[in-house]
Amino acid sequence: MVRRALIALPLLVALSIGGFFWWGLDPARDPGAIPSVLISKPVPQFDLPPIANAGVPGLSKATLDETGAPVLVNVFASWCVPCRAEHAVLTRLAKRDGVRLMGINYKDEPADALAWLSDLGNPYERIGSDVSGRAGIEWGISGVPESFVVDADGTVVYRQVGPILGREDIDRVRRALQAEATG
Amino acid sequence: MRRGFAILASVAVLSAPAHAVEPDEILADAALEARARAISLDLRCVVCQNESIDASNAGVARDLRLLVRERLVAGDTDAEVFAYVVARYGDFVLFDPPWKPSTYALWLAPATIGLLGLLAVVVVLSRRRGGAASDDLDAEEQAEFDRIMARKGGT
Repeated sequence: MVRRALIALPLLVALSIGGFFWWGLDPARDPGAIPSVLISKPVPQFDLPPIANAGVPGLSKATLDETGAPVLVNVFASWCVPCRAEHAVLTRLAKRDGVRLMGINYKDEPADALAWLSDLGNPYERIGSDVSGRAGIEWGISGVPESFVVDADGTVVYRQVGPILGREDIDRVRRALQAEATG
Repeated sequence: MRRGFAILASVAVLSAPAHAVEPDEILADAALEARARAISLDLRCVVCQNESIDASNAGVARDLRLLVRERLVAGDTDAEVFAYVVARYGDFVLFDPPWKPSTYALWLAPATIGLLGLLAVVVVLSRRRGGAASDDLDAEEQAEFDRIMARKGGT
């Protein structure tokens, strides 16, 4: 009996390790993805001034706590190339689908951001200017662009690392927003 | 001799651990700076995930280095600084995984597998020694052997 168990042991070890490798081969899995600590937590403390002459007010935790509706907070910068690509998607979500869009302008000179927005259009309801990048650290971002779905009373419910491009990303964001609107 | 020494010296210099700390980040207080460097070596850069923030050239790494120094100057203990960063980025940012229910498997698995392997080796060895037939001839076989040898010897 022990003999049989010992004979089976190498096979079991091979199967379990092989199983892990099989799981790891999933193309949809991103090994570099770090789950956000903010999910299901309140929006972190931050208070950002507006970009001068942008025509929209600044952004802070207080405003996100009392929006009364789920919003999409998008961290962007004028020096960020994927943000340009994402801009068209965000504009469509804001203008056509009525998504409330808030922006955090990360580590960007206000003048550069203003030029970028004048060039591409401004779909944001509010933009906070985070020149030092400290607000970004409060949100736990590792780069731009990143987007967060925040529900009506200031709880973060979803985080997207990277630009919102493609059907899957847009659907996930929409679903996160809708879950909050009805839930 | 001279050339050998020169080669040795250059290898020693070139293999010094790389760090990305820039002069404008270094604190005036040497003790705090030493603590900041030690803490930075234990924090993972979230962009280049195999590097510590001490070694990484990423923008976020620089921000975190400055943040660590700021918290130290404000009087936080090392544990409080780690807690501050983990509160924003999660356990993944620590190079030393914490001892928590979700990481018990991570910490215990190598020792457990090692012990299981050792157990298997011990069991296999002891069975072989105990159960294997002795190589010595028993009484019957010895008598048969003697008879054959006697016949051969006699001829």
